[in-house]
Amino acid sequence: MLQQLFSFKGGVKPQTRKAPSVQSPIGQVPMPLRLYVPLHQSLGGAPNPLVQAGEQVLKGQVIGAADGWMSAAVHAPTSGTVLAVEQHVAAHPSGLPTLSVVIEPDGREQWIARTPLDHRSLAPERVRELLRDAGVVGLGGAVFPSHAKLTAARTVPVEHLVINGAECEPFMTCDDLLMRERAEEIVRGAAIFRDLLAARRVLIGIEDNKPEAVAAMQLAVRRLGEDHEVVAVPTRYPAGGAKQLIRVLTGKEVPASKRSTELGVQCFNVATAYTAYRALAHGEPVISRIVTLTGNVEQPRNWEVLLGTPMRDVVALGKPKADTSRYLMGGPMMGFEIGDLAAPVVKATNCIIAGSPNLFPPNPPEMPCIRCGACADVCPHELQPFELYWFARARNFGKTQEYHIFDCIECGCCSYVCPSHIPLVQYFRFAKSEIWSREKEKQAADAAKARFELRNARAEREQAEKAERLAKAAAARTSEKKVAPAQAETVTSAALPAAEAAPATDAEAVRKAKIAAAMERARAQRAAVLPRNTEQLTAEQKQEIAAIEARRLALLTSAAQPAGSPPEALTIPEHPTE
Amino acid sequence: MDFSTPPYVLAQTSVRRVMLQVLAALLPGIAAYVWLVGASIVLQLLIASLAALVGEALMLWVRGKPLTLFLSDGSALVTAWLIALAFPPLAPWWLVVVGTLCAIVVAKHLYGGLGQNPFNPAMIAFAVCIVSFPALMSQWPALGLKLSLAEQVQIIAGLAPRIDVMSGATPLDALKTGLKLGEGNVDVQTLLSSQEMFGNFAGRGWEWVSAGYLFGGLWLWQRRIVGWHAPLGFIAGLSLLAGALWVWNPQQFADPLFHLFSGGAMLGAFFIVTDPVSGCTTSRGKLIFGFSAGLTTYIIRVFGGYPDGVAFAVLLLNLCVPLIDMYTQPPIFGMKNER
Ligand code: SF4
Ligand code: SF4
Repeated sequence: MLQQLFSFKGGVKPQTRKAPSVQSPIGQVPMPLRLYVPLHQSLGGAPNPLVQAGEQVLKGQVIGAADGWMSAAVHAPTSGTVLAVEQHVAAHPSGLPTLSVVIEPDGREQWIARTPLDHRSLAPERVRELLRDAGVVGLGGAVFPSHAKLTAARTVPVEHLVINGAECEPFMTCDDLLMRERAEEIVRGAAIFRDLLAARRVLIGIEDNKPEAVAAMQLAVRRLGEDHEVVAVPTRYPAGGAKQLIRVLTGKEVPASKRSTELGVQCFNVATAYTAYRALAHGEPVISRIVTLTGNVEQPRNWEVLLGTPMRDVVALGKPKADTSRYLMGGPMMGFEIGDLAAPVVKATNCIIAGSPNLFPPNPPEMPCIRCGACADVCPHELQPFELYWFARARNFGKTQEYHIFDCIECGCCSYVCPSHIPLVQYFRFAKSEIWSREKEKQAADAAKARFELRNARAEREQAEKAERLAKAAAARTSEKKVAPAQAETVTSAALPAAEAAPATDAEAVRKAKIAAAMERARAQRAAVLPRNTEQLTAEQKQEIAAIEARRLALLTSAAQPAGSPPEALTIPEHPTE
Repeated sequence: MDFSTPPYVLAQTSVRRVMLQVLAALLPGIAAYVWLVGASIVLQLLIASLAALVGEALMLWVRGKPLTLFLSDGSALVTAWLIALAFPPLAPWWLVVVGTLCAIVVAKHLYGGLGQNPFNPAMIAFAVCIVSFPALMSQWPALGLKLSLAEQVQIIAGLAPRIDVMSGATPLDALKTGLKLGEGNVDVQTLLSSQEMFGNFAGRGWEWVSAGYLFGGLWLWQRRIVGWHAPLGFIAGLSLLAGALWVWNPQQFADPLFHLFSGGAMLGAFFIVTDPVSGCTTSRGKLIFGFSAGLTTYIIRVFGGYPDGVAFAVLLLNLCVPLIDMYTQPPIFGMKNER
């Protein structure tokens, strides 16, 4: 290996605890009684259901079509009957339910027609579409639609394609086992990505605590005659963060404000490459994934699980020990606690860890920050976490942005080393979500204000014109009166008010016009405050609003992203383990 | 936030662990100190510790904070020990108590408690006492003074007369006074070799106490409890100025080694300017903080009116911390080429 390695600053070395779950090969989870397939399993738009209760589906049939470009399709994991399309508890920190397709398997495993394709004979555009419709997303945990990452920047050629097999989270071994057992498919998948991006070099990064995986991948590369380079990288969390691995392998640092393709590099997880290959070369959409089941169980192991399988069914296979008190999805550094084991396995479910009070002791009490700087020393993004913490605590969100809170990848290194046991990541998530919601409120308020001002201006203009017209008419009347000759000579005290009444009517008209204008203004104001304006919207606009609302809701309940996921308009942070 | 959140695994660390290691790192220096002046220093450490814990408990109670959690964090003990080590070893007990309470009650808790104090509490104690009780704070035991423990206890307790046992000077002081009295006719070498109180490279005996602090400090650095920036900055600042003046006029200025191992320099370098709470947080900031503190220490101890300058130098620099931090924010990942 002549590959020169770079290093990223910071990082920590928690106990890896990977050994128990790599003793057995990947197992097949038996078919569950019911599958609960959430429609929204990737970042971006939530797919719309294409099936109804009572319908028969085939294995691999699309049951949710991608909603726009930033979305990915969802498929029936097996053949059977759709029992319902309903809200079902999701594997998400919020524990909110999400729209899911409930399927009763018929046990026949009847596939849809699968057409193997050679990506080289297809237009790149078509390949991306196929990947989207096969539901290929980042399986490292970020579930970012892969096709959306497969376009090079307009001006920068892609120098490096990084394939991420680092798997730096403790406990997790699903990528390790996949590389050991299905290396050739991964290598072929990487070649697909390389061709789409026209990347010059393919670098496969694997932490050096997985020598078997490194060997298997090297063998596969040799056997297929590819020129990918398999590189063992030093084991240090979060070496498997996309940005960290890119840094280690290429020396490039991708800031939050840029896409990695702008720097001529792109990164995919090994499991993603594997599914991309299966999707194109075998016509098999993403209907299952490898899940590590480990922790406080008798039989830790990796399982190939159909998406939609209730976690309870998977967990039972490992025989949890008696003192198991909770379950985590994902690794112990970035994962979250599963509130309800009825939640199904989704594309983001890379690992299920049974926890006991022994394994994950309750957090010690939080103490004040002593500004020791330990957090800053380990932050892979070279932030000053304690400064962010002070500002987040003080709700000084402007300052948190000045100190680059959106560059934080929530890797948890800072919390890990903090002697005061401050849940720093929680504070950062809080600050981020506050900033997002304020941003949204501000946008809404700005829009309302603009609408209001527009109406106001129009109403005022109209009223002014009306007043002017009235005034002109009145003036014309008075001058007529003045011209009337006879009575003018017999000016009496009685005639005086009449004469004076003429200009008075004039003034009166203007005053009345003004009042009318004011009343109209007030009405307009009320209209702007009350959402009456929705009545005048076209059906199309209404639909759009409904769609936005739905997306917003779906985002909240997204199974993919930890709490406080950004609205699409903002940059979506790439998941460290992707 | 009391709900358990990621990460679900934490490193084996806590404020108490950090503080206990700082205390442990002081032990070599303390051992040398005991060898030099006797067990009285242990007594002073105890008095200061007790005062600190009582003051801390009181303030925690007043502020409605959990007692055991904060009393056991060890931070008050670190402050207490630094005070005891900075004060003259035979200072009356009440002086130590006043200093410690000043540090804990005023400098620490009135500013918000653990982690909130802008000034180093131990240095506040030192500064307040040397300004308020200059005579008592300058009475150091004469070299070779052999007192029994009982006699030491009596002096500290105020039961025995103080005057006749104290020489009233530290090596730094002696050098300064000697040079002043000599009015340019006495040179440093003669002074250092003629007086019994000067040892191999600094004050006799005291040089080994300083060496003990250095040793403990290096251990702290090796354990990554303190970084190298602040201590190295301090040592560089002090040596640079001392070295420049010494090269220029070795007759009138002592060499850098003498300054490094005299007074509170080593204690300051590894245990005072490294205080995370009142010091800078950025790497460059720590260098600047340490360096400036070193320079200022030298200026005060050589040209100023006080025998040593560590306390005032550190307090002065504490004031500048927010500014230094603000201007030394490091570039973050991916933004190093941008301005
Ligand atoms: S590690 Fe914890 S105590 Fe230390 S500076 Fe960071 S937040 Fe503060
Ligand atoms: S969670 Fe954020 S602030 Fe903390 S170490 Fe990771 S990137 Fe840095």
